[in-house]
Amino acid sequence: MHIPDGFISAPVATVGCVVAAGCVAHAAKATNKKMGEKQIPLMGVLAAFIFAAQMLNFPIAGGTSGHFIGAALAAILLGPWAGVLIMTCVLVVQCLIFQDGGLFALGANIFNMGIVASFIGYYVHRGDASLFGGHRKRILGSGGLAAWLSVVIASIACAFELAISGIVPLGVALPAMAGVHALIGIGEGAITAAVLSFIMATRADLLEIQKA
Amino acid sequence: MRFRWWHGALIFALVLALLSPLASSSPDGLERVAEDKGFMETAREAVFEVIPDYVMPGIRSEAIATILAGIIGTLILFSIGYGLAKLLRTKGEA
Repeated sequence: MHIPDGFISAPVATVGCVVAAGCVAHAAKATNKKMGEKQIPLMGVLAAFIFAAQMLNFPIAGGTSGHFIGAALAAILLGPWAGVLIMTCVLVVQCLIFQDGGLFALGANIFNMGIVASFIGYYVHRGDASLFGGHRKRILGSGGLAAWLSVVIASIACAFELAISGIVPLGVALPAMAGVHALIGIGEGAITAAVLSFIMATRADLLEIQKA
Repeated sequence: MRFRWWHGALIFALVLALLSPLASSSPDGLERVAEDKGFMETAREAVFEVIPDYVMPGIRSEAIATILAGIIGTLILFSIGYGLAKLLRTKGEA
């Protein structure tokens, strides 16, 4: 879902950069209050894992592929603001070194895949867990649902940016983006649930970080 | 040095990078929509290129070039994520 330069207009790109810069600055402040010894390597390996996993595009229907985003996973494990920071690191490196996502569109990409996806992922997971209790199976289910929704809502944010830029009407962009990402999001949900279940089985204490 | 849980996690990420040549090269969701709805050609080329499209330039085998790009990126992101967390923690204590 990395927007290249040219897909969004200069005003949309500029607003994206301003909003992203403000959120990232706040994320740095919000995260340092919660940072513990355990989180240091976790942030490193999460950023590394998300980057590597994002390279592995999986085929979905109709000659289309999708890839893991990882914001929901990061936000569930470390909180939404740390999720924003991790996703920003990944997206900045992808943009500057690997030319994935446009330089001017970086703010919009951070907004969609970093900010929107992290907060949707975190609060859907939180809300679901508090509604139905924190049973182990439920945590996986709500994690998967949160991850799926994080991708779909991020794609809707992207559709709005394209439409506001005047590149494609909203009535066209919205169903197309949400439709294809509803499929891609299944992969996101499955990977997120798999990683959460692995962490629960091996290092359940890492899941407690957010509750503390 | 004692083996810690995150060493295993980092190795796992590097193994994923080794698998990167197996990734689907089909257009992703946004590219698919852009092609179908006719705005793909509005995409502009990057202003500068370092390792474009996750393929290390100057290497004949595309699979090896992709793996190298994946390993470099994975290590860079581990360092940045770890370094940033450490930096924020130090600042938080002060």
